[in-house]
Amino acid sequence: MVLKAFFPTCCASADSGLLVGRWVPEQSSAVVLAVVHFPFIPIQVKELLAQVQQASRVGVAVLGTWCHRRQESEESLGHFLEGLGAIFSHEPWLQLCRERGSKFWSCKATHRQVPASLGAPGQDQVMLIFYDQRKVLLSQLHPPAALPDHQAGDATASAGGLAAVFDTVARSEVLFRSDQFDEGPVRLSHWQSEGVEASILVELAKQASGPICLLLACLLSLISAASTSRKANMLVSVFLDVALGLALLSWLHGKDRIGQLADALVPVADHVAEELQHLLQWLMGAPAGLKMNRALDQVLGRFFLYHIHLWISYIHLMSPFIERILWHLGLSACLGLTVALSILSDIIALLTFHIYCFYVYGARLYCMKICGLSSLWRLFRGKKWNVLRQRVDSCSYDLDQLFIGTLLFTILVFLLPTTALYYLVFTLLRLLVVTVQGLIHLLVDLVNSLPLYSLGLRLCRPYRLAAGVKFRVLEHEAGRPLRLLMQINPLPYSRVVHTYRLPSCGCHPKHSWGSLCRKLFFGELIYPWRQRGDKQD
Amino acid sequence: SLRSLTAVTCTVWLAAYGLFTLCENSMILSAAIFITLLGLLGYLHFVKIDQETLLIIDSLGIQMTSSYASGKESTTFIEMGKVKDLVINEAIYMQKVIYYLCILLKDPVEPHGISQVVPVFQSAKPRLDCLIEVYRSCQEILAHQKATSASP
Repeated sequence: MVLKAFFPTCCASADSGLLVGRWVPEQSSAVVLAVVHFPFIPIQVKELLAQVQQASRVGVAVLGTWCHRRQESEESLGHFLEGLGAIFSHEPWLQLCRERGSKFWSCKATHRQVPASLGAPGQDQVMLIFYDQRKVLLSQLHPPAALPDHQAGDATASAGGLAAVFDTVARSEVLFRSDQFDEGPVRLSHWQSEGVEASILVELAKQASGPICLLLACLLSLISAASTSRKANMLVSVFLDVALGLALLSWLHGKDRIGQLADALVPVADHVAEELQHLLQWLMGAPAGLKMNRALDQVLGRFFLYHIHLWISYIHLMSPFIERILWHLGLSACLGLTVALSILSDIIALLTFHIYCFYVYGARLYCMKICGLSSLWRLFRGKKWNVLRQRVDSCSYDLDQLFIGTLLFTILVFLLPTTALYYLVFTLLRLLVVTVQGLIHLLVDLVNSLPLYSLGLRLCRPYRLAAGVKFRVLEHEAGRPLRLLMQINPLPYSRVVHTYRLPSCGCHPKHSWGSLCRKLFFGELIYPWRQRGDKQD
Repeated sequence: SLRSLTAVTCTVWLAAYGLFTLCENSMILSAAIFITLLGLLGYLHFVKIDQETLLIIDSLGIQMTSSYASGKESTTFIEMGKVKDLVINEAIYMQKVIYYLCILLKDPVEPHGISQVVPVFQSAKPRLDCLIEVYRSCQEILAHQKATSASP
């Protein structure tokens, strides 16, 4: 099998030395983590490796030699490096060599102990794969969504392959702690050997000359202290929420907008009530050319008109206090935009309370009518509803029962269009209000559950969230080993939102469209805020 | 294609001009130009695929790249351990039979089953003679890979 050598791009220009890393036998791949330079004492190298192995639980070992020929006459170096193979025994022993000024490398992998049964030569073909150590260290691999019928245990087994490389680099962080300026016994070359990366917080704190820097430093420290991305997402969402709420607050309280709103509120409520009165007058006449039952029409119309009259008086009673109430409610926007939106939704519910009442009256009346009609229809056909057995049974009625039943049936049938029309009109109004409230709730849900921190991370540091890897074939010469560049394939935005989405605590109506239509037809009341599992009355 | 692009642009601009003669508001014309430009940019970035590449590396995996007209590249990489085989599938579409190349992925639970079928060259849709060439080259590599992975 072809031997894959993962080589960090930062070590491509390093001086000659020993290759240190991990050997994965299942994939026949060698992950090179660092290069140990001359001079070194083999005992100290072995001690360092043992320390690293203990701290990180990664099987770090000396994999082979790295030779970077800067001058023409460094033949002795080659012989010296070959001798090292005897000191550090590793199976297979990797020898990478690079000429100065040449893009092509030469690689050899030799097996010391060749099994007697195999006639294969002691050398393997080597494939070089370059990887960016810093990006691979920081990135988090997201495997594709597992099939639903697999258990969690299967997923780790099938990950393998490249996930092992990512895992190795991430866990060997302790190897990258020292840089070239440290006075240690062994000189290593890796991505941090030019200088250990300073924490951005320390930099900000050093330059905290103004309050903005301090504020930024505090915010960043809070966010990065959040141990999981979920907490970071929630924190960022809360910050954005409060910031938007404060912006809304400043907009509301400037230029006496609250007063303008309060002045506009009562006329708007009056206007809505007037429109409802016009609607009822229209229904009491001949709406859309339909002929209604005059008496029932007048009764229902007058009943609802009186209701509206009560409502208008209630609004006028409240009008002097509206400005104060609105001012105090506006203050709540400092808790966040979502709070302000929820309060707006509640205000809409309160202001359209009369529509809700009308809907309930119309629905109950219609429901009673439908129940009566269905029961009398059964009587018509000589059947009865058996409450005990929950089924329809045949029943023999007396003549006078049948007579009264038929009379009532005809009365109800002829009164049906009137009731049905009132029910239809008020149900449509109620559904309109429910839609508006639902849209506000959707907006609140969106602000709460959008993972802004993860989206920002995907935008600014795309290598942190990886969906996989991609390879690019570098210049190839026949006879030389194949060279590939491994880059990180970032996660698409849709998957970021899907994976890191916060659970929204909004109540989504769990009814399907079919059950909704059924309820509307039979006049059952619709409660949009009730979940499916709740007790029904 | 150029024809459909021209047709869409002409309809949008004629409709905008018609609205303009009705309303005498020049904002409609600038809005139509803006919408057309945005639509064109969106089409180039998200829809129009210029080139599709299939890269097979022995003992590493199969990589499929699609490059869009705006320069965006979208890549998918499948590890060799997950690949079962590469086949040309036949499908009956309306009144004709079409051929497409696809990769079969192994099912971790069932050793002889297939968990997923990944079609390749979805946008270019090459014809059968072209597919056969690609198929032959890929099978050489896959056969070599299977031979070397069978012997430890």
